[in-house]
Amino acid sequence: MPLSTQSQADEGQYTLVASLDNARNLSNILKAITFKDHAIFSATPNGLKVTVEDNKTLQANAFIQAEIFQEFTIREDSVGFQVNLTVLLDCLTIFGGSTVPGVTTSLRMCYMGYGYPLTLFLEEGGVVTVCKINTQEPEEPIDFDFCSTNVTNKVILQSESLKEAFSELDMTSEVLQITMSPSQPYFRLSTFGNSGNAHYDYPKDSDMVELFQCTKTQTSRYKMSLLKPSTKALALSCKVSVRTDSRGFLSLQYLVRNDDGQICFVEYYCCPDEEVQEE
Amino acid sequence: MKFRAKIIDIGCLNHLTRVVTTISKLTKTCVLRLTADNLFFVLSGKVANGGVSMWCELSQVNFFDEYQMEGVSSEANEICLEVTAENLSRALKTVQNSKVVKVKLTKKHCPCLTVAAELPTLSSVSRVVTHDVPVDVIPRRLWHEFKEPSMPDFDVSIYLPPLKTMKNVVDRMKNLSNFLVIEANLNGEMNLKIETDLVSVTTHFRDLGNPPWGKDPGSQDGGRSQGRDPDSMAHARVDIRKLQQFLTGQQVNPSKAMCNIVHKRIVHLILLHEDASLQYFIPAVA
Repeated sequence: MPLSTQSQADEGQYTLVASLDNARNLSNILKAITFKDHAIFSATPNGLKVTVEDNKTLQANAFIQAEIFQEFTIREDSVGFQVNLTVLLDCLTIFGGSTVPGVTTSLRMCYMGYGYPLTLFLEEGGVVTVCKINTQEPEEPIDFDFCSTNVTNKVILQSESLKEAFSELDMTSEVLQITMSPSQPYFRLSTFGNSGNAHYDYPKDSDMVELFQCTKTQTSRYKMSLLKPSTKALALSCKVSVRTDSRGFLSLQYLVRNDDGQICFVEYYCCPDEEVQEE
Repeated sequence: MKFRAKIIDIGCLNHLTRVVTTISKLTKTCVLRLTADNLFFVLSGKVANGGVSMWCELSQVNFFDEYQMEGVSSEANEICLEVTAENLSRALKTVQNSKVVKVKLTKKHCPCLTVAAELPTLSSVSRVVTHDVPVDVIPRRLWHEFKEPSMPDFDVSIYLPPLKTMKNVVDRMKNLSNFLVIEANLNGEMNLKIETDLVSVTTHFRDLGNPPWGKDPGSQDGGRSQGRDPDSMAHARVDIRKLQQFLTGQQVNPSKAMCNIVHKRIVHLILLHEDASLQYFIPAVA
């Protein structure tokens, strides 16, 4: 078998080697941030971070800790490259990404260094696929400078409750307005669509609210088109943390549990659409 | 020219429907050739359909309880009709739970294959649904275009992996590229490859086995595959959509699935069922 010998022979030359018994643990979480083709990969001994951006107003990050991988070897302090995410996902699910229990695709992902392709070895039921995805110079991700010390309001919810709200949102509205406040209405989602305005309120003592830390009444609007991609992450997640900072920037952190019960994080940062006068 | 046939057995009706549906996934129109013993669905390789050709053979006794046909003349005892496979498939699909289905060639406003189904009823009044599928009768001078294609003198013949696995792989590859290279050797190995500016992907199948054509009396003796180095690959680059169509259309798992490759010329796919066979030819592109 030329494949196995080849991967063994080159072993020493790879700067990054990551293996997974179940490729879905990677492909699922990447699906949560697929809204643009280009993804910036940065690997450190702690794990892998994948960043996708849209027009300098939206950024999504997926974190896959080193422990999630069965093997995670990195020979430098940090390794960075950019690949086409849609292509990568097609490769990761080459065998159909089956959800049948007992049928999993195993993955070995190798990167030799600057200028080399990202090589994937995938195996399912004795069939092997080798993919070489060309890499590009990594772009510097935007620093949203979202600092936990500047966070004014924070709410942690069961994703279930937000999924329901998001599925019923009036998509004819151009913006989603989020109000967070220490007093009424506490946590409110509002839309302004063709058929009128709608408000979705969460009481702060609801079973669905795990943590409610609001210091100040804050109302910000976010473009619906920017928030739409985040529903992919919401669908996969079990908990979500909604935070806003003093500038009105929004941070959505999703806790995602994979097939093996391990936990990964997906995070979205979004710029506010416009200033709203506080009432 | 006369044709009438009757199906009572629901299993047979089901099976025929699946075959016709499979055909409808592969081609819009095809030629239905009726002989005393067989039905053939034929697509001959024309530039308009990308050079793909198809040959599907059904033995009438396995499908019909009654089958009468009279060809254009006693020495040319055949009927050739051009039919839109999807119309026929749709007509058959809607009559799945009927007691009796009759298929006959009729002359209404134009020549039609009439599918008449007698539906089960609780009262004494019978319920009959009739579908008229318009057809074109093909004149005898054009029949030569619809003869059984000869087995190409292939370099490599190999059994296909489970079609579902192959379909998954080809579906993803289709997202990445327009062309696919299929290669195989006489050592039971087959590879599917694509290569673009962004990515190159190769899927390796092993231990597939090679059909023993050479041992069949009178076939392929001294063919190109004889004395070939078992590890050397024969390959053909094909339009990935054509291969995908073929894999998507498969509704039933065949008892045997094979692929013959003429190096850089043609990919010949064969599916054998107990009572039906399908051959599909995809020309190679440069």
